[in-house]
Amino acid sequence: MEITNQDFSNLLQYIFMGIQRGSIYALAAMGFNIIYNSTGVINFAQGEFVVYGGLMMVSLTMTMNLPVPVAFFFTVLFVMLIGILMERLTINTVKSPTVLRLVIITIGVSIFLEGIAMVSWGKNSHVLRHFSSSETFEVFGAMILPQTLWIIGILVFIALGFILFFNYTMTGKCMRACSINRDAARLVGINDRKMVMISFALSAGIGAIAGIIITPIIQMDYGRGTMLAIKGFGAAVVGGLGNSVGAIFAGILIGIIEAFGAGYISSHYMDAIALFFMLIVLFVKPSGIFGSSEASKLKEF
Amino acid sequence: MKKNLVIIILAAFCMVFVSCSKKEEPVKEEVKQEEVKKEEVKKDYVVGAFFAITGKFASLLGEPERNTVEMMVKQVNEAGGINGHKLVVHMEDTQGDNSRAVKAAKKFIGMGVCAIVGPSRSGSSMAVIPVVQKAKIPLISCAAAESIVVPVAERKYIFKTPQKDSDAVRKIYGRLNKKGVTDVGIITGTTGFGNAGRGQLKTLAGEYKINIVADETYSPADTDMTAQLVKIKNAGAKAVINWSIVPAQSIVPKNMKQLKMDIPLYQSHGFGNIKYAKLAGDAAEGIMFPGGRLLVAKQLIHHHPQRPLLMKYKEDYESTYNEDASTFGGHAYDALLIVINALKAVGDDPEKIRDHIETQNFFGTGGNFKFTPEDHNGLNTRAFDMITVSFGEFKILGEW
Repeated sequence: MEITNQDFSNLLQYIFMGIQRGSIYALAAMGFNIIYNSTGVINFAQGEFVVYGGLMMVSLTMTMNLPVPVAFFFTVLFVMLIGILMERLTINTVKSPTVLRLVIITIGVSIFLEGIAMVSWGKNSHVLRHFSSSETFEVFGAMILPQTLWIIGILVFIALGFILFFNYTMTGKCMRACSINRDAARLVGINDRKMVMISFALSAGIGAIAGIIITPIIQMDYGRGTMLAIKGFGAAVVGGLGNSVGAIFAGILIGIIEAFGAGYISSHYMDAIALFFMLIVLFVKPSGIFGSSEASKLKEF
Repeated sequence: MKKNLVIIILAAFCMVFVSCSKKEEPVKEEVKQEEVKKEEVKKDYVVGAFFAITGKFASLLGEPERNTVEMMVKQVNEAGGINGHKLVVHMEDTQGDNSRAVKAAKKFIGMGVCAIVGPSRSGSSMAVIPVVQKAKIPLISCAAAESIVVPVAERKYIFKTPQKDSDAVRKIYGRLNKKGVTDVGIITGTTGFGNAGRGQLKTLAGEYKINIVADETYSPADTDMTAQLVKIKNAGAKAVINWSIVPAQSIVPKNMKQLKMDIPLYQSHGFGNIKYAKLAGDAAEGIMFPGGRLLVAKQLIHHHPQRPLLMKYKEDYESTYNEDASTFGGHAYDALLIVINALKAVGDDPEKIRDHIETQNFFGTGGNFKFTPEDHNGLNTRAFDMITVSFGEFKILGEW
């Protein structure tokens, strides 16, 4: 079959669409991983952090008319505060924190936060202005939104920040120590409870950023959290739970598979195709693409 | 492991218990109040109403519907009730969920209501039909799909107030014929409403010599329809028809603008809430859809038979709730009006109400209802006007 210009620009269009979708899954997956690494728990309220990020940004920029960078900063701070509160009030107070108990608590918090969002922001979808122009520009026949570039740029920036933080700062190293062996970390004097709190703050912050950058494209409403959390969780599992490089790779891969599925096969089966891919990965390599099967045997799940 | 299982089961029981006990209480109280009042005055006329008041994808439907019903009940009772009988409406929230709708319907039947208004969604309506048919209680649905009242032989007790989706399709196809457009791409939401619309679009295409060159769908939680639209674009469509009732439908015009697709976009009557147009912002300009006249009441000519009623409803609603009236609230208005008309004429015997509805002929917010034993919707294509979005507002599109 001859490849025409049209085919190429379609391919490019689908790839960009996939990366844009996938970046959000990747950010949600990274949020899952941070908390998973420090507590061994899947935080099902992760999607709510994304929703709160988006909605808070809408309030600050659209109603209070703050400039984007200022609003960005305060929104992330606000959501990080929610993350810290969540950890202090619900996770930290549990006397014998088994994984199952904590997971159920996070589900409860997720439903609670969803309800609060519904009451405070209403049930409507909210729109947010694009960071720069909302006019698309053309790259080899594919139409690309400036916002897509923002999303990709911020994802790269966060990924770099992530690597620097966990490899070169004391706090980052302490958090890694806790995730490798909590008891040993305590023995050398690391305050593991504080590390858990920081991990919630970080993961909430990343969730908030995901929410802020995606809202101009998808509109935000209080109920979006669950779906975002499920897709992000999928990306985290496919990439190997706890592995952040894996999360980014798997998130974008799932996004692109969805876009290709919708574009080349059928939009009726878009979600099915992505889920089918996840199942295949888990059958072939249950610890995820980047996960180590040795390590996963030692974890509770 | 055993310990964990016990905890899970306990938690599940707690949740079920809490959710049940919460909902039972208010009803019991109301029933008690009724018993007291029965001795003093004429007995109350008890009607059940259930809408998707909360829930992820349908609260834009259910909320105005609930508000409308509450407003009407207040107005009726302040004016002395129906022939001296107080009108009592029991409200339930289906959350847009089919099984909850069935549960609510069973509850209404157990309470002995004389008629039921709602639910909001086509899927829920289809789910409650068997229950309601069996109990022989008239139900007036506020959902759009035509299959709710067709075939009429199997829907003896079922009526509906929103315009038929087939009529909406006919209106759009009629306009396409006039414009000489034959190749269209359709993109529909995967909800009851979207699926029913997709079916009608495909069935009626032949009759209007429309050629559907691309048939795409999206789920209510979807965030980006670029891929679907690229396919429609490449298939050489000269117009796009977007059929959905959830907020995600507003993403389609946005994506079309991003892709610089300048072919006309038609929406279904499910677009009939100005909030959907506002969500799409600039991209909504020029969208065309068949809609009830409530949305454009102010622009109707002064001697239009629907105008006084529409203006009154709109003003009452907007002054009470401080938000724009939508066609969905109008559907609930018409549905309760039908019940009130029947109660006035024949009292609260469900069988008599059913028979009376089949003879009703009146102007509602949806159009001129002419119910017959063969037609349990009573509206035709004339109930619609083609409406467009211009400067962020709905405008009647001139005669075509």
